[in-house]
Amino acid sequence: MTETTKPPKAREPVPHTAAALALGDDALVLSHRLGEWAGHAPVLEEDVALANIALDLLGQARVLLSMAGDEDELAYLREERAFRNLQLVEQPNGDFAHTIARQLYFSTYQRLLYAHLAAGDGEFAGLAAKAVKEVSYHQDHAEQWTLRLGDGTDVSHERMRRACQALWRFTGEMFQPVEGLDVDWEGIRAAWLESVSAVLRRATLDVPEGPQSGAWSAGAGRQGLHTEPFGRMLAEMQHLHRSHPGASW
Amino acid sequence: MATAAHRIARTPEEDGPADEAALAVAYEAAFDAAVAADERIEPRDWMPDAYRATLVRQIAQHAHSEIIGMQPEANWITRAPSLRRKAILMAKVQDEAGHGLYLYSAAETLGTSRDELLDKLHSGRQKYSSIFNYPTLTWADVGAIGWLVDGAAITNQVPLCRCSYGPYARAMVRICKEESFHQRQGYELLLTLSRGTPEQHEMAQDAVNRWWWPSLMMFGPPDDQSQHSAQSMTWKIKRHSNDELRQRFVDICVPQAETLGLTLPDPDLRWNEERGHHDFGEIDWTEFREVLKGNGPCNEQRITQRRRAHDEGAWVREAAAAYAEKHTSKDTVQNGATRANNGAKDGEAAA
Amino acid sequence: MTTSEWPLWEVFVRSRRGLSHTHAGSLHAPDAELALRNARDLYTRRGEGVSIWVVPSAAITASSPDEKDPFFEPAADKPYRHPTFYEIPEGVKHL
Repeated sequence: MTETTKPPKAREPVPHTAAALALGDDALVLSHRLGEWAGHAPVLEEDVALANIALDLLGQARVLLSMAGDEDELAYLREERAFRNLQLVEQPNGDFAHTIARQLYFSTYQRLLYAHLAAGDGEFAGLAAKAVKEVSYHQDHAEQWTLRLGDGTDVSHERMRRACQALWRFTGEMFQPVEGLDVDWEGIRAAWLESVSAVLRRATLDVPEGPQSGAWSAGAGRQGLHTEPFGRMLAEMQHLHRSHPGASW
Repeated sequence: MATAAHRIARTPEEDGPADEAALAVAYEAAFDAAVAADERIEPRDWMPDAYRATLVRQIAQHAHSEIIGMQPEANWITRAPSLRRKAILMAKVQDEAGHGLYLYSAAETLGTSRDELLDKLHSGRQKYSSIFNYPTLTWADVGAIGWLVDGAAITNQVPLCRCSYGPYARAMVRICKEESFHQRQGYELLLTLSRGTPEQHEMAQDAVNRWWWPSLMMFGPPDDQSQHSAQSMTWKIKRHSNDELRQRFVDICVPQAETLGLTLPDPDLRWNEERGHHDFGEIDWTEFREVLKGNGPCNEQRITQRRRAHDEGAWVREAAAAYAEKHTSKDTVQNGATRANNGAKDGEAAA
Repeated sequence: MTTSEWPLWEVFVRSRRGLSHTHAGSLHAPDAELALRNARDLYTRRGEGVSIWVVPSAAITASSPDEKDPFFEPAADKPYRHPTFYEIPEGVKHL
């Protein structure tokens, strides 16, 4: 389960660096957020489950970042504006409902995207074929918990409703074309909406209303524009590595 | 083949107008014989109340240590300085949650629920290993915990794989197998630091300085002051004395420290040709007792975080229970049954 | 279920095809679906399994240790059920 060797350094930038960074940063940042749950989960079994998901994502991130350069240089030495992850994945964990809503939205997207990439013959096909199995499980996990929180108690229903609503505005960005990926984005958007809506309905939750993206025309995560909590997250993640320039760990 | 354990069982003849006292004596004799013959005691076997109580106390403390022990290391997950180290640390902390679960299950076979045990932890009525009341101040502490704390734990735990109580012994087999990577990753981490930049080397030495003595305390008080030792040895819950295991640990660590290029912070540490062991300095038992009493640097913080996670998770556990109740009569049972049927078909196919 | 305490489940794992499911341990879960998933996360995270069963612990009926002698001892004195009971001249093959 644990990686012992670092994937080889890419000598030259590969053609689809932008795509590798976008997908890799998504996985890296969400893995980091899930790692923050360690020791804080609502029940021990869930500590184990969330860590499994975080480890899958970290594994994906390492492969993807290594396609774009040195994984550690990219993770630890880039400035905030150089990260290409979606704003959705950088959102703070909030309560368990927020974490599950974020998981539901993102894992559904990742499953559809990876399934599409795995079916093609592009440079991400190999990674996607392995990762699609992992993220299918993540989606199942999110779905199981969405059902239980949505259709559990009044308290959990209300918390889940609020979480789904709060994160809704970050979902539109997922369907923005990523340079280097030949994907039917509108098709993925439609499939995503159908899949998420079906889960929400089974969970007795309404599909949120309102815009799926912010009004800022400058862009969002894929353009390197992030939300305020992300800077603090990176500061924490990078500080030790940056404090010892050139050191090996 | 009649074994000592078989004789624990009540036979029909004994069921008559039984003299309960005589029966209890017979049970106890059979239990003692089974333990003496190195047979395992299983959950539904008769066992002395004190044996049960000792096991519950020890297994619970062990389980609590695993889950409280997640905290000092999880403290560094978000700051791990490379992605490889981050993955390793996350997997390790996850294992600790898993090991806590195995152990709570073992304790539950003795008739105490996990909720009861957690409640006792949260209210301070049951303890966890004092080592986790020390803080992880630098990244090197993650290495020192792996090398020294896990090293000491393994020294303690390996004999427990042969403990007389079956479920505990089986949990320990699984745990020891999984933990073998924990100590090695810590050692490798420290070695990298020790051979790295001067700052990294200093960081490693500082961590070893702080963790060495508390690790020696993990083996418990000296044999002549250990309350529970003698009885636990007779019951084969414990196989070696505290001092014996502590000595074994010191002897193992000395050459490992040399390879690391780090110094163990004990001026009295030297090889004793006559004894064939290392002599080492006096442990500060006052500190040990104080930390045990709750006056360590992190006692309050650890238990507060644990309680908070539990309390803040209550609504989630309640939601899942409520959902299960709503759906059990309908789809869950049906799905469950379908699964079991499929499973059974699987089994037939394989047979 | 009025409290938040989740029931106990027993977990059986088939480690690879061709072997039967063996008892791996137990865990808590509110229902069968989560029990199966928790079992996957807890008992097969090092690739220990290809198939899992979960059974509510309460659904298991066990033989009582009190009945151990009448249950199992009668089978101990029938050595003729075992191949080693029979003497065969040396050199006879395929028996």
